[in-house]
Amino acid sequence: MSADLPAPLAELIDDFGSVGPKDRLQLLLELSEELPDLPARYADHPEQLEQVHECQTPLFLAVEVTDGDVHLFFNAPKEAPTTRGFAGILHTGLDGQPAQVVLDVPDDIPFKFGLAEAVSPLRMRGMVAMLSRIKRQTRAQVAD
Amino acid sequence: MAYPKDSSAELADYAHPERLVTTGWLAEQLAGDHPGLVVLESDEDVLLYDTGHIPGSFKLDWHTDLNDPVTRDFVDGEAFAKVMSERGIGRDTTVVIYGDKSNWWAAYALWVMTLFGHEDVRLLDGGRSAWMAEDREMTREVPTAKEADYPVVQRDDAPIRAFKDDVLAHLGKAMVDVRSPGEFSGELLHMPDYPQEGSLRGGHIPGARSVPWAKAAREDGRFKSRADLEGLYQSEQQLAPDEDVVVYCRIGERSSHTWFVLTHLLGFGKVRNYDGSWTEWGNAVRVPVEQGDPTT
Repeated sequence: MSADLPAPLAELIDDFGSVGPKDRLQLLLELSEELPDLPARYADHPEQLEQVHECQTPLFLAVEVTDGDVHLFFNAPKEAPTTRGFAGILHTGLDGQPAQVVLDVPDDIPFKFGLAEAVSPLRMRGMVAMLSRIKRQTRAQVAD
Repeated sequence: MAYPKDSSAELADYAHPERLVTTGWLAEQLAGDHPGLVVLESDEDVLLYDTGHIPGSFKLDWHTDLNDPVTRDFVDGEAFAKVMSERGIGRDTTVVIYGDKSNWWAAYALWVMTLFGHEDVRLLDGGRSAWMAEDREMTREVPTAKEADYPVVQRDDAPIRAFKDDVLAHLGKAMVDVRSPGEFSGELLHMPDYPQEGSLRGGHIPGARSVPWAKAAREDGRFKSRADLEGLYQSEQQLAPDEDVVVYCRIGERSSHTWFVLTHLLGFGKVRNYDGSWTEWGNAVRVPVEQGDPTT
C-alpha cells in the first residue's frame, strides 16, 4: 500500500498500524512534542504563515521549496496537542522530500493512521486541509 | 449527596451550589484519602489529558466514551456502566468533572451523567485552566482504578433532553441559541475560525434568543456571579425560572454549558438541551429557519 510514499511517511503509517488505538494516541502525543519550534524568520513574522481554518484550533503553516526539496514550518498552541500531532505527522513524514514526491501523496493519506476512530471526523478534516495547503503552496513555488 | 459540599462563599449565591466545587476545595480533598470521590477530565482535545492532568483524575472522552459509535445517540446503560465502573465510579460516588474551554465538554459530560440519573456530579469551577493558572499540581501518571460495580440503568432522556419533534412542538416558547452571533444570523455554519461545514442551511430556530454561551463565563473560565447571570438571562432576555426552556448550539456541547447555568446556577425548573442542535436542524427538510441578527 505504502510502496510509493516517501519512506518516513510510510514508516509512520506502519508504526501507527502496528499498535492499538491507545498506543496510537501516545504516538500522536510524541509527534506533537517533537514538532520543531519556528525559526526566527517566522516566529518574528507570523503574518507570513498561512492559517488552516479547517483545524479546530489555530494552526499556521509555511512551505519553502529549496533546491527542489520541501521544507515545512508549523505553529500551533501547546494546549492543542491533537492538532500539533497532526502537524507532527506531516512534518516527520514530508519535510525534506522532493516537491514531486510531496505532490504525489494521496489526499486521503490522513485516514491511513487509524486515528479516525479515536478522534472526531471534524478533526480528520483538519489534517486533510493541512495536506492540501502544503500541496498547494508547493505547487505554486514549483511553478514560479 | 454522598460527599460534603463545597461551602465556599463564592458559590453560596447560586441556586444549587452543591453542583460546583472550587479549585481550593478539590485540592484539599485530594490531599488526603478520598474514598467516594472520583475526578474526571473531559476535554475537546482528545490528547490534552495525556499532556498532564490533575493527579488521580481519569480521562473521559466525549466521543469514544459517551457517544454510540454507530447511531447518533449516547451510549446505552450497559456501555455507560462499563465506562463508570472502569473509573472506579459507583452509583453513590461523588464525581467532579473538569476540562478545557471553560468546561464545555465537562458540562456536556455532567449533562450525560444526569441523563443516567447519577445523583452527585459536580463541575470544577473554571476547569482545567483555573487549576493550571494557580500552578496546582499536574501529572502524566495515569491512575489505576479499583473497578467499581456501576449498575445498568436506563437513560431517562425526557426531562432534560429535547429531540427535533419536541422542538417543533416547542416553537413559540422560550428557546436559547448559544452559538456565536455569526452562526445565529446565518452568516456562518460554525464558530468563527472553525471549519465551516456540516449544515446545508444557516440561521436559527424561529423565536430563539441569542445568548452566546461565553457570556456566562468570566475571563478565567469561572462562571459569572448569580447577579450577573440573572441580568443576562432574566433581565435582558426576559426568561423566567418557571418557564419551559430549550437550549441548543451546533452539537449540544456549548448548550450543555448554558443548560448547567440555567438549571443549577439560576435554578430554572425545566430546561432541555437539544443536542441534535444546528447540525440536525440546519440539515432537516422543511423545518422552519430564520435568518438575520438578534432582535433583542
